[in-house]
Amino acid sequence: MSAVLKDAWNGLLDQAWLVPALLLIGFGLAFAIPEYNLLNKYIQLVLMYIGINIILTVSLNLVNGYMGEFSLAHAGFMAVGAYTAALLTMKVLPVAAYPVLFPLAVLAGGIVAAIMGLIVAVPSFKIRGDYLAIITLAFLMIVKSAIENIDYIGGPRGIPGIKRLTTLPWVFFWTVATVWMIRNFVYSKYGRGVLAIREDEIASDLMSVNTKRVKFLAFMLSSFCAGIAGALFAHLLQFISPRVFDIIKTTDVLIMVYLGGIASIGGSILGATAYTALMEVLRPSTMAALFNWLPDLIFDPLNQYIIQNLGVWRMVIMPLLLVLVMLYWPRGMMGQREFRGFIPRRDRDAYRRINAPVNAPGEKP
Amino acid sequence: MSHPSPAIQLEVRDLEVHYDGIRALHGVSFSVPKGEIVTLIGANGAGKTSILRAISGLTPYTGAIAFEGQDLRRVPAHQIVGRGIAHVPEGRGIFGNLTVQENLQLATWQRSDKGEIAADYDRVFALFPRLQERRDQASGTLSGGEQQMLAVGRALMSRGRLLLLDEPSMGLAPRLVREIFRIIEDINKTGVTVLLVEQNANMALHIAARAYVLETGAITLAGTGRELLGDPRVKEAYLGA
Repeated sequence: MSAVLKDAWNGLLDQAWLVPALLLIGFGLAFAIPEYNLLNKYIQLVLMYIGINIILTVSLNLVNGYMGEFSLAHAGFMAVGAYTAALLTMKVLPVAAYPVLFPLAVLAGGIVAAIMGLIVAVPSFKIRGDYLAIITLAFLMIVKSAIENIDYIGGPRGIPGIKRLTTLPWVFFWTVATVWMIRNFVYSKYGRGVLAIREDEIASDLMSVNTKRVKFLAFMLSSFCAGIAGALFAHLLQFISPRVFDIIKTTDVLIMVYLGGIASIGGSILGATAYTALMEVLRPSTMAALFNWLPDLIFDPLNQYIIQNLGVWRMVIMPLLLVLVMLYWPRGMMGQREFRGFIPRRDRDAYRRINAPVNAPGEKP
Repeated sequence: MSHPSPAIQLEVRDLEVHYDGIRALHGVSFSVPKGEIVTLIGANGAGKTSILRAISGLTPYTGAIAFEGQDLRRVPAHQIVGRGIAHVPEGRGIFGNLTVQENLQLATWQRSDKGEIAADYDRVFALFPRLQERRDQASGTLSGGEQQMLAVGRALMSRGRLLLLDEPSMGLAPRLVREIFRIIEDINKTGVTVLLVEQNANMALHIAARAYVLETGAITLAGTGRELLGDPRVKEAYLGA
């Protein structure tokens, strides 16, 4: 019986219409949810954060997972995208044209971030590992202090009063677009080059892989997506300041990458979703609402000593989670594995055969 | 064994390589005739690997390296392969987490001639049937001998006319070393020139038409493989006799 179900499931997954159908349903829901208030405003907000975090996680996974570098600059690229887009919508674009020109502002945020990505790609030609991590950390600090010292863009006070232009359909669109781009890159000839660089950069050169071009493209694509996420983030939060894009933000994304598993798009989507949801649950208001049913005798001290202090405890839980995942669950949810739907048809047979020994004994590979 | 002065395929002149101010090679000159097996033997640190790295564009150098009459100085590493030089690096450089198939595929990164590539797969799998059996296996799980075969097969996928081999016998059992050397001779018979760097002087000199002895960054002896096998200095230093 289970074999029949499995065959049916595999048959369903192989249908060419499956992905477009799911996307269409997704788009429909993304429009319908805010229009008819199918979910409350708070859940809608969380959904948008999940989308933005998926973009950040999948794009950081390209550099840190697939390519095996260790970049800490992701929040920096996000900041560049956020500031670029926010300045465009506030100071350049005409107010009346907001709904039409918003995607252009987001795109511009991505493009400027991609150009910044080149700056990080160049040192990666000479060094890797810890040293590159330190350089990317320096880049992040430079971006932060540069923003703090430019008065025109608010300096350390940041930019308040950004229009709330990020909507659920837009988040859905950009999430799908960036995941699609990175998925296509990963399964292209350049993606194979990225994997080869992770394994052995010198051997990649000897195998005719143009490692410099591959690195340029990978870093640019990754920072482009981070810029897009930053632009969406700015127009959702409606306030940005240099403090929003510090090392904590990068750490957030790192946790999502390693929780989901390196070198996996499906893993990044799961990791970003699970982590974002977890962080929301750990908010004092959510926890208080969750444990409200307890008798006052228990609830009151719990609320007073633990729940109300969760804002601080989150800062403890988050790094602890990163350490625990790295120590005890290095593969994460699906490290080096992938949802079938993300694998191009031509590679699926090979993928099935590679993973065949993992199957339970007696099962047909 | 001796051809009447065959065409020179690789010409190395006054090669010098420095690492952080330390001179690894001082003025090495030699040539590799087309279709032959040439070997460079020498102890650890003599500069054998540096020569191969310079030829493949992995390290800066002074002097001149010409392949089939063309200067290689300004050619970046990833394009040298396209010129016809395939390099099996020291320690094999296998992409351990990728499958055998993916390893072979990477050597065709800059090629778009699908039909020819398919023919090259057939050629490599005919030479190394073990690789075909294991084509979907992560290459890091292969045995040492199989990994060396993969490294050689991968180099052949790039259609090199000159094969640079850096210590193919390293870490292999004697039986496998003989197997690898037999394969090197087979590949050479198909018309591929071989430049072989080895510490296993005995095996290398037996299959090489020409041989050079490298000591602390300079060539100290040259001759045919047979001549060097009989040379008392080589016997004492490298053959342990």
